[in-house]
Amino acid sequence: MHRFALSRAGDAAMAIAAHARDPALAFIAGGTDLLGLMKDRAALPERLLDINGLPDMARIEAVPDGGLRIGALARMSDVAADVEVRRRFPVIAEALLFAASGQLRNMASIGGNILQRTRCPYFRDGDDLPCNKRRAGSGCAALRGLNRNHAIFGWSEACVATHASDVAVAFAALDAHVIVRGRSGERSIPFGDFHRLPGDTPQRDTALERGELIVAVEVPAQEAGRASHYLKVRDRQSYEFALVSAAAALATDGRRIRSARLALGGVAHKPWRLTAAETALRGASLDDVEALKSAIATSFADARPLAGNGFKVELARRVSLRALQSAGARA
Amino acid sequence: MRSRTRPIPKADVSAPLSVRLTVNGRPRTIAVEPRTTLLDALRDMLALSGTKKGCDRGECGACTVHIDGRRVLSCMTLAAMQEGRRITTIEGLEDGGRLHPVQAAFVEHDGFQCGFCTSGQIMSGVAMIEEAKAGWPSAATADVARSLTLADLSNAEIRERMSGNLCRCACYPNIVEAIAEAATGRR
Repeated sequence: MHRFALSRAGDAAMAIAAHARDPALAFIAGGTDLLGLMKDRAALPERLLDINGLPDMARIEAVPDGGLRIGALARMSDVAADVEVRRRFPVIAEALLFAASGQLRNMASIGGNILQRTRCPYFRDGDDLPCNKRRAGSGCAALRGLNRNHAIFGWSEACVATHASDVAVAFAALDAHVIVRGRSGERSIPFGDFHRLPGDTPQRDTALERGELIVAVEVPAQEAGRASHYLKVRDRQSYEFALVSAAAALATDGRRIRSARLALGGVAHKPWRLTAAETALRGASLDDVEALKSAIATSFADARPLAGNGFKVELARRVSLRALQSAGARA
Repeated sequence: MRSRTRPIPKADVSAPLSVRLTVNGRPRTIAVEPRTTLLDALRDMLALSGTKKGCDRGECGACTVHIDGRRVLSCMTLAAMQEGRRITTIEGLEDGGRLHPVQAAFVEHDGFQCGFCTSGQIMSGVAMIEEAKAGWPSAATADVARSLTLADLSNAEIRERMSGNLCRCACYPNIVEAIAEAATGRR
């Protein structure tokens, strides 16, 4: 790794002020993504500010109304093991458990997890291949290169990368909010607005501004929580990023869907919410497979596969269906 | 309110930082550059070479150690961030010359071939059994809402929970047997 300075933050206000005035400063929590990026020279901060000692940011709180507040410094393993998380929102626990390994889940924070950068090999490659996310204006090697793992929705000529977080897909489906603190106080970013599509500026992954710190993720109370499921399909059974994944949550009257929430991972630069399908699924019977399939299909009209990933379109439809059915089995 | 944020050094940004930590029960003080990983500090400064450097990217698990009893990857951890932590490596598992039950089970079940991944496998296995005792679910758990006990630690559960440790000699069947016996007495 390159040389850098390291200091420890004692309070959030000072950490935020330091981050705001210093473009070469990065926060470090679990470090599982940042240190990898630094080893691959895809991130070269001159100063790291260790935020692990910030008070009150690792708590997992079951809000009395049925929601959750997950501190940004809570570790993936603690959130996945939390009894209330498992009871209220199995989809969150499952998404976390299907990610990374036991060791990494003990290290990685929730705030860092949703900020992790793409696994696109051209972005991560130490030889500085064309990548607009890594070096603006250098081109996208994946657009006509090896793009089997890349996006089928929402990509641009500038970037076809996908977002690799699993739990972000669950948060998107559940309409979570990212609570962010800056110099002038807190703001609450709806999860769907947190990650960006690449457009012409793929170097920016999220709506976070310099001088902002994620303090928590809040999951609102909702009728579709317990009947939820995360399904992940990958090249090997465990310890691998998704080819395609789906988070589904349902509220039902008997076998009839009252409301459905459905989001996909591994298909876009951000968790991809299937809003058209959700509308079409209202009133459908969980036992009517053809109706479920055609409702899901409404969200695939704008799918644009690349040369190497045409299989993801059919795979994503099937993963969506099975995630819905598995969530339905818990209703 | 007085800030506890340490000033950012101007002159030599990578000057060694002094870190106090406990390694295998012994208090140690080391001076490390900020960029030194815990893995490199253990191997190169404390001469604890039982912890192995495989991929150095958090992909293989060979560098697994325990921090405050939890399994982590020492290659993705900065040594300078471990002030006050309790580190256990493979060298610290034995008790007065007696092997830890997981170590003994690896010998009994021939849970290795070249041995390069073995210390990481064992460190991971020891902590994984504690996680299961604490009732943690895994991706192999059908219903995550249900509480779990050691009796639920099937071979499928063990394989899933150990998936962060790769063995290129593919000794997986024997590794699973060794851990199953150490955890549950199942042979």
